[in-house]
Amino acid sequence: MAGKVNIIGLEATAYRGAKTTLCAGCGHNAITERIIESFFDLGIQPTDVIKLSGIGCSSKSPAYFLNQAHGFNSVHGRMPSLATGAVIANRKMIAIGISGDGDTGAIGIGQFVHLMRRNLPIVYIIEDNGCYGLTKGQFSPTADLGSTLKTGVVNDLPPIDTCALAIELGASFVARSFSGDPKQLKAILKAAISHRGTAMIDVLSPCVTFNDHEGSTKSYAYVKDHDDPMSEVSFVPYFDEINVEYDAGTSTQVMLHNGSKIVLTKMAEDYSPTDKAKALQTMRATHARGEYATGILYLEPDKQDFVDMLGIVDEPLAFLPDSKTRPGKQALDEIMESFR
Amino acid sequence: MSVVASVEQESGTSASAQRVVNDFAIQVATVNGSGSQTANLVLLRSIFQMGIPVSGKNMFPSNIAGLPTWYTIRASAKGYIARKKEVDLLVALNAETAKEDVMTLAPGAAVVYDEPLKLSELRSDLIFYAVPFDKLIAPVTTDAKLRRLVRNMIYDGVLSRLLSIDTAQMEKALRKQMGKKEKAIALNMNALKAGYDYADANLPKRDPFVVEPMHGKTEGMILIEGNAAAAIGCMMAGVTFVGWYPITPSSSLCESLIDYLKKYRKDPETGKATYAVVQAEDEIAALGMVIGAGWMGARAMTSTAGPGLSLMAEFTGLGYYAEVPAVIFDVQRAGPSTGLPTRTGQQDIMSAATLSHGDTKHPMLLPCSVVECYQMAQDAFDLTERLQTPVFVMTDLDLGMNTWMSKPFEYPTKTFDRGKRLTSENLKQIGEFARYRDVDGDGIPYRTVPGDGGPAFFTRGSGHNEKALYSERADDYTNNLDRLSRKFDTARTLVPQPELVDSAGKGGIGIIAYGTTHWALIESRDQLKNEQKLNTSYLRLRGFPFSKAVFDFIDTHDRVYVVDQNRDGQMWSLLKLECNPQQVAKLRSIKHYYGLPIDGRSLTNELLKQEGR
Repeated sequence: MAGKVNIIGLEATAYRGAKTTLCAGCGHNAITERIIESFFDLGIQPTDVIKLSGIGCSSKSPAYFLNQAHGFNSVHGRMPSLATGAVIANRKMIAIGISGDGDTGAIGIGQFVHLMRRNLPIVYIIEDNGCYGLTKGQFSPTADLGSTLKTGVVNDLPPIDTCALAIELGASFVARSFSGDPKQLKAILKAAISHRGTAMIDVLSPCVTFNDHEGSTKSYAYVKDHDDPMSEVSFVPYFDEINVEYDAGTSTQVMLHNGSKIVLTKMAEDYSPTDKAKALQTMRATHARGEYATGILYLEPDKQDFVDMLGIVDEPLAFLPDSKTRPGKQALDEIMESFR
Repeated sequence: MSVVASVEQESGTSASAQRVVNDFAIQVATVNGSGSQTANLVLLRSIFQMGIPVSGKNMFPSNIAGLPTWYTIRASAKGYIARKKEVDLLVALNAETAKEDVMTLAPGAAVVYDEPLKLSELRSDLIFYAVPFDKLIAPVTTDAKLRRLVRNMIYDGVLSRLLSIDTAQMEKALRKQMGKKEKAIALNMNALKAGYDYADANLPKRDPFVVEPMHGKTEGMILIEGNAAAAIGCMMAGVTFVGWYPITPSSSLCESLIDYLKKYRKDPETGKATYAVVQAEDEIAALGMVIGAGWMGARAMTSTAGPGLSLMAEFTGLGYYAEVPAVIFDVQRAGPSTGLPTRTGQQDIMSAATLSHGDTKHPMLLPCSVVECYQMAQDAFDLTERLQTPVFVMTDLDLGMNTWMSKPFEYPTKTFDRGKRLTSENLKQIGEFARYRDVDGDGIPYRTVPGDGGPAFFTRGSGHNEKALYSERADDYTNNLDRLSRKFDTARTLVPQPELVDSAGKGGIGIIAYGTTHWALIESRDQLKNEQKLNTSYLRLRGFPFSKAVFDFIDTHDRVYVVDQNRDGQMWSLLKLECNPQQVAKLRSIKHYYGLPIDGRSLTNELLKQEGR
């Protein structure tokens, strides 16, 4: 893409990060590539973004995109709280959080729950491989019942469906995708970045080293065969004037707060991305067939986000001048009088 | 000071014909949730309004209603506001504890009690006043719920008569408490009058305790709790983010802060908040949010107590290693584990100083008074941004939740210190930005924050070099840890410096104390001087890491007592870690740890015991 510039005049290289240290062929690297492309396509200044993560293979990846953005690789399972403070401190920044299935589903499930419940404005990506890669392949809480480790150990606990959980808890944009489906993933990512509120994306991302064997339901081959897209996702940025043709009977168009549009062309019956109960029902039905429902599963574009709910000033709290944050002497006098 | 029963009494004021003016402690024993707080505060405030220095200490159970609670009011013409171990006048309203409360009084003490409790049969060496509370409250109101609420005002009335406390002052205090609720004020005053009239007609004065108006000690002073004082300090320090999780005894710090912020921190143009407060899902998340906000450049804080501190260990370590500002108030309570949630102590000193795994150490500020709660709250925000590391403010339940008499707080004149931020000007001098490079030799690097237009870097809790890049190299790792040590040495000069309260000259006995122990020590040193002709020097610690003045103090005395309100002598231990062998040999430890604030007499006795006197 050398030489090609985006709408704000930046080349794709401006969106790249450090060289990945993950395994060759790791699904996470494919996700990183889609993130780079999405920010490039949307013409977002890298310096307007903050990248946050917990601990694990997935959480290393913020170092591999958007070099000019500040990043924070924090502690295991705690990215949601870090993000909450960061996003509130400067509401102008676009936040992207990268987590893993262990980082979110096990050690961080408590913080995940409360971030979803708050509908914090952030793109929250789970790079989901069903195992702990960085500690050599133990099961994570998203591993399917009956799937096996390379060593033959069978998982005897049911998985946590992070998407169902996120919908139930209040996230306003919930999607599932596959690292091996660049077209769908990129469309979803661009829509998520344009959404205001929690955009939670569970991206199935096979671990080529520890969880890509027969018997794993998170292997590349398994997901490829059992990927059941609910709809075809098209994303039209607000600056793009192209009129999308869509058939009113089979497609849904959703306008996001910044004027961008998402066009979802139905592939499954009963698919309705703005109906919570139906979305959950569809997901359960596909899961019962041993398949993964992918696409934008749930969308509530106008839901008030947590930062708006707080009623804070428009300018970043972090940059308020002293004159706005230290009350005058009269205030102190009044307070002192109340204690006399 | 070994463990003793929590309400054990000793050597109370002896019964005699002479009058004891403005120097006694009243203890009110009631049932938690019975609405005694209004009556207690009215009593405290009316004595204060008459010009007598007072202190009010609440000893309450970890319970909402039903368990025994004691409130102690001390009046002291000399201005001693520490806890007084001896109770001179007991108000016994709790059937469950009344007998034990009476049995532990010293001879000569007075007891006002609810008549059906029949306490006067228990002892012959006390002065008993029986008051039929139920009979007296019956004509005041027919509403059973209201009766329960105002019943306690009867003892205010009785004490007003017995101690000669002006009822007009009581009404004034009541109005201060209740604002403009005229109906409620009238009801309370009727109950108070019922008590007064009963005492006037039926209880001839037999005890020596009286209140007489004084001048020059309380004029212009305020009565305030440390948590409220700290909250006011945080607001004046320009706090912009608060992440917190409720826990006794720290909750009222953030709750007061929320009230003040709502009132005084709205943008005048838009009416929108210039702050955000988030009640987190736990203390891990509370500090996580604070670290996130501090990293972005906000002035961010949390407040907690022991169990919360344990949960904050992980993020504190990250804040230390990634060098992110955060202010953490620890309103200490008695541990370990859940411990005694509503009792005081200085039990988190050691754990806060080194909180989290690996080589970590953290600055601590050690307020002793409500003024210092206010002032050090402001110091903490400046220090955490200057040092780019989490800073702890270590108060305790006694300071945070009890009522203290104080001079009013002064309006801050110092502008905020936002620390070393990279600007285009200083970048010219530095040449190249490296997030963790020690440009100035003080261990403190320059930083940028997201959205400030400066160069970005990648923050991580894993090994990094001075350019903030991932590194496992031995030299990168060691250089970084050594720089953090240099930064800690810089902190020695920046934390509040110790106060040499009094020097008895070279040699002899030195005493080192910190926090609320200060008030007991003032009294104890007077006792040592007046009763034993023993002069002592006193250095009050106000911050950690220790500065040179602390070691100089140890050097100039023959032996130095370090007073801790914990079992293991935690500050004594911290000092020993940094002292040379000669200094270590001089250090002795006085420990107090039964959940109640330290008192002067116990301190004196323990010091004399160790002195072999």
